[in-house]
Amino acid sequence: MGYCFTKDAMEAIWSEWEKCYDIYTPKCYHGKGRFSDTDCIRYGQVHSIDEVVFDKKAEYSPKEFLLQNAETLFYFTENHIQESEKRQKEALIFLRSCDLHAIKRLDAIYLQQGAADNYYKRLREKAKFVLMGCQKAFDTCFCTDMGTNQSQDYDMSIDYVDGLYFMDCKMAQWDELLNGAAKSIQTVIPTYVTETITHITLPKHIPQSMLQSDFWRQYDGRCIACGRCNFVCPTCSCFTMQDMYYTDNGKAGERRRVWASCMVDGYADVAGGGTYRKKNGERMRYKVLHKIWDFQKRTGYPMCVGCGRCDDICPEYISFSHCINELEKACKEAEVNE
Amino acid sequence: MNENVYVPFLSKILNVIPHTPIEYTFRMQYQGEVKPGQFFEVSMPKYGEAPISVSGIGDGFIDLTIRQVGKVTNEIFEHYEGNSLYLRGPYGNGFDVADYEGNEIVIVAGGTGVSPVRGVISYLGEHPQRHKGLTLIAGFKSDDDILFRDDFEKWMTQMNVILTVDKGEPSQHRHVGLVTAFIPQLDMKCISTAKAIVVGPPAMMRFATAALIERGFQEENIWISHERKMCCGLGKCGHCRINDKYVCLDGPVFPYTVGKNLID
Repeated sequence: MGYCFTKDAMEAIWSEWEKCYDIYTPKCYHGKGRFSDTDCIRYGQVHSIDEVVFDKKAEYSPKEFLLQNAETLFYFTENHIQESEKRQKEALIFLRSCDLHAIKRLDAIYLQQGAADNYYKRLREKAKFVLMGCQKAFDTCFCTDMGTNQSQDYDMSIDYVDGLYFMDCKMAQWDELLNGAAKSIQTVIPTYVTETITHITLPKHIPQSMLQSDFWRQYDGRCIACGRCNFVCPTCSCFTMQDMYYTDNGKAGERRRVWASCMVDGYADVAGGGTYRKKNGERMRYKVLHKIWDFQKRTGYPMCVGCGRCDDICPEYISFSHCINELEKACKEAEVNE
Repeated sequence: MNENVYVPFLSKILNVIPHTPIEYTFRMQYQGEVKPGQFFEVSMPKYGEAPISVSGIGDGFIDLTIRQVGKVTNEIFEHYEGNSLYLRGPYGNGFDVADYEGNEIVIVAGGTGVSPVRGVISYLGEHPQRHKGLTLIAGFKSDDDILFRDDFEKWMTQMNVILTVDKGEPSQHRHVGLVTAFIPQLDMKCISTAKAIVVGPPAMMRFATAALIERGFQEENIWISHERKMCCGLGKCGHCRINDKYVCLDGPVFPYTVGKNLID
């Protein structure tokens, strides 16, 4: 059901929600940006609607809720293993359509591919999603070309327009509260963009020859293998196991998983000193093709959701969307030559 | 709640067979279905996990042949005595003997690559009626690196074994030269139906498969097995992915027709 709320009403709803949920939304971390005197917009727990940032893109994605950058799997002492505690309270996560589509990608890997991941699953079951409408695309967004600009898979939606909040709610448990607080009850369709500044054309087919093409050599020098593109990506979900122990008691410790990046040294190291993809261009190829080709071969849809965060974050100004467009041309050429 | 797929179980070390100073076979207590070529995540809390392929399968046990080359394996070698290791698995597809039996078979293995095929070799060696000729070409760096010496003695009575070392003085018991050197002279009765398995370091697999094809083997009659970093064995951590394939889920054993198109 759709509603319109004033700010006061929204605040009242917020305090009711907080009894049931921890609420995570894009918020502003003042002075924490990558350059001096700049802010960082990223996910965090918020306690008031005022803290929610509607008009800027979160530099980091909401995947941080489901896949923490360091997550304890279990604790060990001598001969005993104790699974880490699970979250008790449900969580309400505010995200845009592209990010909601990204959750579907994470589900595909963590729940559907191979055995279901217990740690992902137990957090996923606690998550409710509030779709934030997009009135206008940001410079680097290309969601329309990826088909991720619109989403129906939300629990609630929210749009902030001229001081008023418009919501669509699919959770019957909140009908009474929202009905009572609403300025008006009306049909609400979450806003979504139909036009973007950045456009991409996905290659229809990637010839085998492109896997070892010189096309990728341009990134050997330009890319510095910092992995930021992976860490901000809402669909990048690789991890590395890490055991650590407490220095005061060498017999106790924990096993964690931490974020891993296929762009960073060490990702493909095998015991005995071997490794794969030493060149940064090869890593770029590995990442890009996963996002637009390899994942799709398993699931039927591309992994990339077109949020443009990798373009925003790259310290070398490497553009993923530009790469895809150039790759599309190169693939066509390669196909003619094959 | 479902059983947690990341929590390992404790398995007692029943026996330890040293092959070389840095390569031991650990016989581990295990009950359950397992195939040669599959692997377990072996761990020592504090030091981490490492994927190790199954080198032998028996009633109530599995063999894991471990080379001391990393953080986890160093620790295993230092502290195994009278102890247990944590395991989870088995993972991966493994070798399906039905794919090869009934034909002439050539197995080419290099170094620790012998481990994952050891079960296949022993099975075929003990069931001569299941094949029309079996050749094993096994290569090691030097005499000191030769694994499974007892097995080789037995295998030499059961099949045509070409045991070779990359470097060494000439000897009656084994050859000197790379495994690829022995492929062109393979005496095959029906090359068009003969099956081949190739397991070893990446370069060795590349050259050995090329030599087999040159010798006349059909691409669809060749299988290879890959080794990669694997943190989960469950298709999540991403480290072992090559193109659209996960070595831990879709492999580690791949038909050559699939494997040849995988570019790291």
